Amino acid sequence: MDLTVRIGTLTLKNPLIAASGCFGYGTEYADLIDLSTLGGVAVKGLFLAEREGHPPPRIVETPAGMLNAIGLQGIGVHRFIAEKMPELRARGAAVIVNICGTTLQEYVELARILSDVEGVAALELNISCPNIKEGGITFGCSLHGTADVVAAVRAVTHLPVIPKLTPNVTDVSAIARAAEDAGADAVSLVNTFLAMAIDVETRRPKLSNIVGGLSGPAIRPIAVRMVYECRQKIRIPIIGMGGIATAADALEFIIAGAAAVQVGTANFVDPLIWPKLLDGLRSYGQRHGVLAIRDLVGTVDTRAREKEWISS
Amino acid sequence: MISRTPRTDRTCQTRYTFHVPLDVAAEVISNVHLSSDYNVLALAAPGIAERALPGQFVMVKTGDRLEPLLRRPFSVFEVLRENGQVLGLSLLSKRIGPSTRLLYDAKPGDRIQCLGPLGRPFAPVSSPDEAWLVAGGVGLAPFATLAEVLRDRGTRVRLYYGARRAAELFYLDMFEKMGVELVLTTEDGSRGEQGRVTVPLERDLKGRALDASVMIYACGPEPMLAAVASLAATFGRPSQVSVERVMGCGVGGCYSCVIPIRTAESKPHFVRACLAGPVFRGSEIAW
Repeated sequence: MDLTVRIGTLTLKNPLIAASGCFGYGTEYADLIDLSTLGGVAVKGLFLAEREGHPPPRIVETPAGMLNAIGLQGIGVHRFIAEKMPELRARGAAVIVNICGTTLQEYVELARILSDVEGVAALELNISCPNIKEGGITFGCSLHGTADVVAAVRAVTHLPVIPKLTPNVTDVSAIARAAEDAGADAVSLVNTFLAMAIDVETRRPKLSNIVGGLSGPAIRPIAVRMVYECRQKIRIPIIGMGGIATAADALEFIIAGAAAVQVGTANFVDPLIWPKLLDGLRSYGQRHGVLAIRDLVGTVDTRAREKEWISS
Repeated sequence: MISRTPRTDRTCQTRYTFHVPLDVAAEVISNVHLSSDYNVLALAAPGIAERALPGQFVMVKTGDRLEPLLRRPFSVFEVLRENGQVLGLSLLSKRIGPSTRLLYDAKPGDRIQCLGPLGRPFAPVSSPDEAWLVAGGVGLAPFATLAEVLRDRGTRVRLYYGARRAAELFYLDMFEKMGVELVLTTEDGSRGEQGRVTVPLERDLKGRALDASVMIYACGPEPMLAAVASLAATFGRPSQVSVERVMGCGVGGCYSCVIPIRTAESKPHFVRACLAGPVFRGSEIAW
């Protein structure tokens, strides 16, 4: 099966991308996994400057999922380029750099800097992190904010621009549409769901940040629905994510309308998940006579269900 | 046992692991219940066991379901050998939640996914330096392999070991057989000195001539580690502490297991305990 995926001008080897925030800077996994076998590596969100992030506890496990409030600890774009990009290039990774700003200008500056760096394949705009108060999500929660960031970054880079959308809005598909209209090459969705867990013995929140983002299999059906809804509203490719842990999960997103998928939490559970997912996609292709993965995108047969409903 | 000099760079910029970790579906060889809370689980993971250095850990998926979802970190307790062959490793576990309950209830023949070895190990000292090991409860775990390596180097080893009660002081024979001098404390006074393990440690540090070199190693609850690091600093001794953290991945991907370390500036800096640790110099942590 042809697994290649096109995102704007970029061709990915396959639809499997390591999700930002769940794969360090990629280099952490270079001894465990052949990074060049992944469709892409979305690195941990970068600001211009280094950041310390939130105090621990930063994660807590919940039923079939986890909450995190890391707070975007990071080394900043300059150290990333100097210290991480050489190894990522040497390992043949398709690097998708996730960028975050507190201002529009910071996104533009990051995009400018990264556009000149050899080996950067695309820019993912983090306008959806639920765990930091300033910037980021304040753009991603409004149509205008989304359009402004996308248009501003679009104007300064030749790289594919992929805003990563938050599910913590009334209608993700409207935001996706705003991103498309502003010149996005694709959208990735969903980021985590704002959530909370409380220790009833101490009556304290389980996270230092009080609230955090829910990820993992628990959110998958909601994320699939959101991808499906966005598919009806936009033409640009969707990169789907939310609780993917098996090839069948990935296929669910693809059939709902995602051209590619990202895997995050499941990579924590099994860092060697990637070849297993690829094998699963290939064997599905064989069983169903699918020649190219792109032929599956958005092929969910809702009419069949509608007919059953009418005839019953 | 492979002996290598630990890296000195604390930022872990290029190479992350001493050996490339393996992920195996390890068969449970045996599961010995030491008490109603503690168990020792023997796992057939020879590849991991051969590579593991004292203080390194494994990430264990307890059960094959979505809950508990994430793996849990465990120090390698013993490297199991028979006729010179490495059979696997064991974990010392205390039942405190759903994951450790599953480990407590595991049956021989069960398969448990195990990734390792991971993290930065202890740096063992050689004679004439002495090694003082300080263990609190389940914090005994990394000291079986460390004591073995120290013994092989001819280092004099003393173990300060504190528990709630006599029945929770485990594997004393094993340490005695390795020639380790034991200093025991229990909270209820049912064995050894009553009170905290840091009490005899402080007394001995006071009584120790400064010209004799002592390296202090500690593993246990965080308040105990902080107290040991502080005592070591007070008496001018170096210390290495193995910290326990909530870990999402164990390999540096998630940034959840951070611990604050001292910096030249006033603000501490968060580093990932899975990569920069779990063993740190006691003096570098901003307790």
